[in-house]
Amino acid sequence: MSTFLSLFSYDFMINALLAVIIIGPLFALLGTMIVQKRMAFFSDALGHSAFTGIAVGVICGIVNTTISMVIFAVIFAILLNHIKKRNPQNVDTVISVFASVATAIGLAVLSFGGNFSEYSSLLVGDILSISKMEILYLLIICIVTIVFYCFAINKLNAISINPTLAKSHRIKVQLIEDIFAVIIAVTVMLSIRWVGLLLINALLILPAASSRNISTNMREYTVYAIIFSLFSSVLGLFISYFINIATGPVIVIIAAVIYFATYLYGRASK
Amino acid sequence: MEIVKKISKKACGLCCIKVKNLGVRYGDNVVLQDINLHIHCGSITAIIGKNGAGKSSFVRAIVGEVKHTGDIEYRNVENGDKKNLKIGYVPQNLNIDKSTPVSVYDLFASFCFNTPVLFKSKKVTDKVIKALKVFEAEDLIDKPIGTLSGGQLQRVLLSMAIYDEPKLLILDEPVSGIDTNGMKLFYDKMRYLRDNFDMAILIVSHDLEYVYKYADNVLLLDNTILANGSAADVYRTKAFDEIFGGFKLEDAAKDLADEDFILRHEPKETDDEPFDASYVGKQDKGGEK
Repeated sequence: MSTFLSLFSYDFMINALLAVIIIGPLFALLGTMIVQKRMAFFSDALGHSAFTGIAVGVICGIVNTTISMVIFAVIFAILLNHIKKRNPQNVDTVISVFASVATAIGLAVLSFGGNFSEYSSLLVGDILSISKMEILYLLIICIVTIVFYCFAINKLNAISINPTLAKSHRIKVQLIEDIFAVIIAVTVMLSIRWVGLLLINALLILPAASSRNISTNMREYTVYAIIFSLFSSVLGLFISYFINIATGPVIVIIAAVIYFATYLYGRASK
Repeated sequence: MEIVKKISKKACGLCCIKVKNLGVRYGDNVVLQDINLHIHCGSITAIIGKNGAGKSSFVRAIVGEVKHTGDIEYRNVENGDKKNLKIGYVPQNLNIDKSTPVSVYDLFASFCFNTPVLFKSKKVTDKVIKALKVFEAEDLIDKPIGTLSGGQLQRVLLSMAIYDEPKLLILDEPVSGIDTNGMKLFYDKMRYLRDNFDMAILIVSHDLEYVYKYADNVLLLDNTILANGSAADVYRTKAFDEIFGGFKLEDAAKDLADEDFILRHEPKETDDEPFDASYVGKQDKGGEK
């Protein structure tokens, strides 16, 4: 027990714990609607635009590249949303093109002069390095997301089921989708340094996908997703501390185990 | 059934939805042009046409999902404008898979209420049950929508569509995947709505026999309106013959195995007058007046 409590004697562990307690539910909430709206590929592409965001920041001489990342991702998300609308037949191709272009430009700029290793931490992420201020940012976007959710979850769900039907009920489809895309963009950019580009989408998708395996209505879906996400994040953090491996991968492995367990359980109970 | 009482108002026949010069294009591709149409409350209008004729685009233009040129005006007795036109819509299919975690309550609440579906409110539940009762679907309220049969889902969607007391009810190929018996029930329900609610009904349909039997007005669409009028008139046009060449009303009548239908459309001796169109028209309208 004392070994377990020892982890709270480190400030960075307490910060990391606070961060995952915010990121867990936040990602779960967003994830439920990303999965429901079949936007998994979209959020993945957003993550990849982080490189370009940093590159833009570096070129413009912005010291805090988080700002340029967020701004670039927001523009990227809205642009992608509108182009998606115009090419409904091959959405995944369009997203893929955008993601590759954004990644390539970012990598090209950042590798200029052979300095890329500086940015490679972005790929894996490091939750232990998060500061109090950065936790505050996460808390703010978390609150914004919850407020947005209470207001828009019905409409988002309606759009995911049938946009034309949503329109006939006078739901402002484009506006709601744009706000949602912006919130995903800001959340992904504020978390990407801690979670890592390679794994961020897994954290968005897995809890919701697991919950979907066993839920029959929206209330179960949301609650289970939050529980799974929180559980895998906190447990993942502790395990990674004790066996000394990177936190992100451990969290994702636990989330994946939950996914397969719920999948089997869901199939068995049907 | 409060909702029925609330919206059950015999159609006055005076309200009119006017579509003027409507056109839709996707890029350079002109899907619809020069669509002029009047739809009156208390009538069933069917849109027929081959695949890709622009039927769904027409519906999506009216609902406001795709941009269109031209105007859609709505006039009731007090001279309302288009903004007051409430539209009920039943889509061709829903974008759902079997495992979607959405119950009938969630579906209904997502489209018709603002109370977040994260909380199941008693007030909303009561209203949803009342609305579902109109189509005898109240027992389905807690079922996941992925497990509903085609007919059950359709009843739920119809309940949702008329919950808002629409003046125009649009159904986009609503009976695909439903058996003959279900079709008849469905079209009888449409008649019931037409006769008991103050609304105009617009159905996009492939079922030429049923359209013949139930629609007051038929619109043959292919990019533009090729023919418009009673089914009897439209079915005798050259354009109809070109598009649905193989369609034989007599065969259809046999398929329907409906005595009433066969009696009404039994082929006459004279070849140029296969059935008495005026009689059909009178009989259809006779019930209302």
